[in-house]
Amino acid sequence: MEPQELRAVANRIRRRDLQAVYEAGAGHIGGEMSVTDLLTALYFHTMSIDPQAPMDPDRDRLVLSKGHTALALYVVLSEKGFIPKEEISTFLRPNSRLNGHPNRVKVPGVETNTGPLGHGLPVGVGMATGAKLDGAAWRTFVITGDGEMQEGSNWEAIMAAAQFKLDNLTLIIDHNRLQQGARLAETNDLAPLRPKLEAFGWAVDEIDGHDMAQICHALSPQTVVAGRPKCIVAHTNKGQGISFMTDNVAWHHKVPNEEQYKQAMAELEEAAG
Amino acid sequence: MNMPFETAKLHDCRDAFTAMLEDLAAENHAIVAVCNDSVGSSKLGGFRDKFPQRLINVGIAEQNMVGVGAGLANSGKIPFVCAASPFLTGRALEQIKADVAYSQTNVKLVGISSGMAYGELGPTHHSIEDFAWIRALPNVPVIAPADRIETAAAVKWAAEHDGGCFLRLSRVGVPDLLPEDHVFELGKANILRDGDDVTLIANGVLSHRAMIAASLLEQRGIQARVLNMASVRPIDQDAILTAARDTGAILTCEEHTTFGGLGSAVAEVIVDHHPVPMTRLGVPGVFAHTASANALLDDFGMSPDAIADSAAELLTRKG
Repeated sequence: MEPQELRAVANRIRRRDLQAVYEAGAGHIGGEMSVTDLLTALYFHTMSIDPQAPMDPDRDRLVLSKGHTALALYVVLSEKGFIPKEEISTFLRPNSRLNGHPNRVKVPGVETNTGPLGHGLPVGVGMATGAKLDGAAWRTFVITGDGEMQEGSNWEAIMAAAQFKLDNLTLIIDHNRLQQGARLAETNDLAPLRPKLEAFGWAVDEIDGHDMAQICHALSPQTVVAGRPKCIVAHTNKGQGISFMTDNVAWHHKVPNEEQYKQAMAELEEAAG
Repeated sequence: MNMPFETAKLHDCRDAFTAMLEDLAAENHAIVAVCNDSVGSSKLGGFRDKFPQRLINVGIAEQNMVGVGAGLANSGKIPFVCAASPFLTGRALEQIKADVAYSQTNVKLVGISSGMAYGELGPTHHSIEDFAWIRALPNVPVIAPADRIETAAAVKWAAEHDGGCFLRLSRVGVPDLLPEDHVFELGKANILRDGDDVTLIANGVLSHRAMIAASLLEQRGIQARVLNMASVRPIDQDAILTAARDTGAILTCEEHTTFGGLGSAVAEVIVDHHPVPMTRLGVPGVFAHTASANALLDDFGMSPDAIADSAAELLTRKG
């Protein structure tokens, strides 16, 4: 899929996500808007996956470590055909399998249950190690938030991935500069991320996480450095695409009222046209 | 029934664990070992020599270790994740909850040097909360073998079991209790010795102490049944209720705090279905002092003599 088409898919995903948050009265819309372009590029451009065979041993793996943005993943999975599109309307409803954090046992296409932060990268290291043991070509991708990188378990995994020379592992940091309670810079400022990852022996690309051409290029196997795990520092905006949410810490898990919903949807529809 | 047992020769169950793991790994290439700089203390040196690619040492990083195990399971491997039990279970408890139990991954957690095996190193290194922590999680059977034979049988079972589990092993020598051809069955207790007056329920390093205690009780004219209860979750409800009906009194002993472990699990069954007088021996909700594991068990009232005394006292409470 070309960047122009990917942008259209991402816009459709944003609109469906916004609608679902509004209707459910909950969600993590800020981080869902920042991660949507990354997920879209992975599922519609980069990854080798088959919705008809979600457990194919040779599939590429995606771990959404920032599991609180599960809704964005659910919409992507529905667009890709892993789950029915109409099921998105059950998000957060009683007994829905689409709860606030992804569940691999219930939802096809989910690789591991996430929610508590700092879990996805260690699991990704195990996946990539398993592929190496088998001499398999499939790749492992992990998306974390930038605030999530404050969890020490991530740095344990970063050390191991370099030691194990996991060039089949790609960590994508959704660097939207905001965490739940405040700006990253005002909490425990990890930026700049690039030199830290490089110091641990990783190959690092730094990109505009909303530029489809840049995302697709950074995800392509041609940019992998042999013997090194890869980190993509994706500079993004929390609330991307919606003017009054963008880069606004208030919108971590705030729910738009009717007026805000209409404005947000109008802005996304205008961008789609 | 009333199996004879040797007290002369003591075995380190870790040797049985690694010998069986190496045998299984030779046939099943999906088996891998994951450890935290614990090749020596987990006795994985032989595994590393035979299968160097399949020994994954993540360094001193237990949270990552359990996550790596879950990822390996996702890629079709059968990981045995080995570390000193206090750090495996305590340090990585949330990873065990989310990545193993909730995600239903095929990760075999092997807690070595459990209980008070590291007696002299103090309570940071004692693992007397692990039954309670892991028993509270769905999908992860909790298993504490009593001797080298049951250890080997449980490792074989774990490798063939489609799902996670927690094997709790000691490093303190124990005599043989079970027959060489013993097959481990999840959720099934073994009657090591039959009797009608009182039932002693134990596992791990306490089972052989319970057997000695039963011999001492016999000298006093008291016939004690001894149940070896390796499987703490799921627990053998039938064996417990049969023992309650047959003997009318139950004593548990465990190398664990009396909060949430074997005694608690047995008491839950008894209270729900057939209340009888009970005594729960263990570490009574304190941090232990420092001494050898065997001395600590003695100090907490679990010498064979003290177990026998507790059982005799319990009999006075029978209706």
